[in-house]
Amino acid sequence: MKNMKTVIIKYNAGNVQSVMYALERLGASYLLTDDEAEIRSADKVIFPGVGEASTAMAYLRERGLDKLIPSLKQPVLGTCVGMQLMCRYSEENDTTCMGIFDIDVRRFPNTPGFKVPHTGWNNIHTLSSPLTAGLSDNAYVYFVHSYAADVCPETTAVCDYVRPFSAMLHRDNFYAAQFHAEISGNVGQQVLENFLKL
Amino acid sequence: MLTKRIIPCLDIKDGRTVKGTNFINLRDAGDPVALAAIYAEQGADELVFLDITATVDERKTLIELVRNVAHTINIPFTVGGGISSVADVSALLNAGADKISINSSAVRNPDLINELALEFGSQCIVVAIDTRFLHDEHIVHTHGGRKPTELRTIAWAKELEERGAGEILLTSMDTDGTKAGFALELTAQISGAANIPVIASGGAGSMDHFVDVFTTGKADAGLAASIFHFKEIDIPALKSYLKSKGIDMRI
Repeated sequence: MKNMKTVIIKYNAGNVQSVMYALERLGASYLLTDDEAEIRSADKVIFPGVGEASTAMAYLRERGLDKLIPSLKQPVLGTCVGMQLMCRYSEENDTTCMGIFDIDVRRFPNTPGFKVPHTGWNNIHTLSSPLTAGLSDNAYVYFVHSYAADVCPETTAVCDYVRPFSAMLHRDNFYAAQFHAEISGNVGQQVLENFLKL
Repeated sequence: MLTKRIIPCLDIKDGRTVKGTNFINLRDAGDPVALAAIYAEQGADELVFLDITATVDERKTLIELVRNVAHTINIPFTVGGGISSVADVSALLNAGADKISINSSAVRNPDLINELALEFGSQCIVVAIDTRFLHDEHIVHTHGGRKPTELRTIAWAKELEERGAGEILLTSMDTDGTKAGFALELTAQISGAANIPVIASGGAGSMDHFVDVFTTGKADAGLAASIFHFKEIDIPALKSYLKSKGIDMRI
């Protein structure tokens, strides 16, 4: 993975330090950039994200990244808010997103016994993504989020919290994970490694 | 199912792990990065690092430590101690911390919670409450639990949620260091009052204390220090025990 060019898209959606460290642990070299030419020429693109959807989308629009990302041909992995921004729409501040995945993102409704944000380790099941190769069904990964995409035909891993939601999505060269693979122990490491090996 | 979390806490002074009884008489329990790696390997669900000195010089040591920890482990960790500004938080998150924890500075300036939640997102803002039962009431304390404030603990917990805290780290100064069990009733009250996760801390001495804090105490996570550092409780054994008691655990 040394000679491969992995780009992490640089934008205003929070801390990507742990993603960078996770790639280093896998021996992968990477570049953090918002430069179109660099992104287009990458072998793999990671689109991370923590924070708030509308602010992040506004930033992507200002730099034309909202058009660039859906046009990419190489494998792209969106994580957490990055995944949500790849969906059609997010209820978080009524945000139109990039629409790569044909599904909306909704807030967990207030439900007794279910705290929001959904914080901690939860199991994922009904796995059908190339990124979950080698994982056992019901593997645990780490989540921190208040919004989630419903289950849809593009769902490749399901997690249950209040309702079943998409823990992972996949369409063509686009992959996404709601959980934080970079801090999801050996399971998360396997997911990242599978992505880098695509 | 979302699992309950087991969180070892590493108190840090001069880049080393320490833990005393009731925060006095500090003992050296080792190299924090090595310890963190062991805990991650053993199945700890998260780690908390509390910098208990936080002078300017030690601050730089802490940032370096955070960088080393983030490089080494692949589970989430929180850093607390001496954080009082957006710049402090930014430095820690940029070094690789997943969450930060504030305590006294939130009491002094509650608007800081709103500011941090807006800037970095609630998911990385933990607010720690040190509480003590005083004149028939649970009262928030600062300065390692020595100084009482005007704040009532349960009302403060609700306010933290409203202001955008993502999690509450609740330490009972009445039970801390006693190894007689967590403050179950108060933990359950806080967990019921605020709709954000509650990490219970203070008083763990046996595996059954963790069973109690997750059932009666309704905690989302249980935190302890010396019992883990001095191997009085083994994390894999603890997690299997909890699972055998019907508590959801990541094994």
